[in-house]
Amino acid sequence: MNNRLINWFKFASPATFYPLAGKMIPWFVALSVVFGVAGLYLGMFVAPTDFQQGEGYRIIFIHVPASWMSMFIYLVMAFWAALGLAFNTRLSGMMATALAPTGALMAFLSLWTGALWGKPMWGTWWVWDARLTSELILLFLYIGFIALQSAIDDPRRADKAGAVLALVGVVNIPIIYFSVKWWNTLHQGASVSLTKSPSMAATMLWAMLLVALCFWMYSIAVALGRARNIMLERERHTEWVRQLLAGKES
Amino acid sequence: MHWNSASEFFAMGGYAFYVWGSFGVTALIMAVEPIIVARRRKNLLSRLKRQITAENLAQRSEES
Repeated sequence: MNNRLINWFKFASPATFYPLAGKMIPWFVALSVVFGVAGLYLGMFVAPTDFQQGEGYRIIFIHVPASWMSMFIYLVMAFWAALGLAFNTRLSGMMATALAPTGALMAFLSLWTGALWGKPMWGTWWVWDARLTSELILLFLYIGFIALQSAIDDPRRADKAGAVLALVGVVNIPIIYFSVKWWNTLHQGASVSLTKSPSMAATMLWAMLLVALCFWMYSIAVALGRARNIMLERERHTEWVRQLLAGKES
Repeated sequence: MHWNSASEFFAMGGYAFYVWGSFGVTALIMAVEPIIVARRRKNLLSRLKRQITAENLAQRSEES
């Protein structure tokens, strides 16, 4: 038990994590490409036309994955933030910081594709509906997190302040998720839920899940890349960064 | 295969602007974000290397 605990903390050290992340990134990129090609092939070439929305419904194949990822990345970010507050490990704050921009982009994509979907189907780009508004708040939480961290010079203090913001903002995630149930919204109910069987054709469902996996792998890859940058920047005075830089084409 | 021709595919049953507007911006973001991260890494590595070289030079001149 004790040994295991020590091992985990070993991986929490940037000196160990940096090369590990570097080795993992190409694999996540490859997985992302494979899932993406498979999902888009199914979604764009195999999946049938929707009987209500014609071909316009195909926006779902990026709208839903982007929305899922925007919420999931936030949960992971808050998890790292909580870990950082509890154990004061350097890596946790770096991971939370690395995830925020990707999460913000996913939230933006969710809103963007939603607007482009809403215009032809609802007749409007935007409504102040519970689902849409709470997703917009999620985007602002990400932006607020990034802005707060970049406004504080000391990285450890920036981590702590960001972590508090991230944890308070977690309350918004169930609000987004259940908004279509709690309030009467223009937004349609969940196509896929944990309790009911999905209300869509199998090919459409598979396409959506594959693209979601693609986005997931993409997010891991790009967040690990960003985390490596943050590690180099913050640990530039340490021995391991010096050795690393000396070893590379010196 | 669901489509009869390429032009039918690109027309998306009249929803071309909305569908390709969604996919296009997504593709753009997912192409640009990794490029920004990679460029940041390149700049960072060259800056840190320069710093270390400068410190080493300063140390050597102090010793001599």
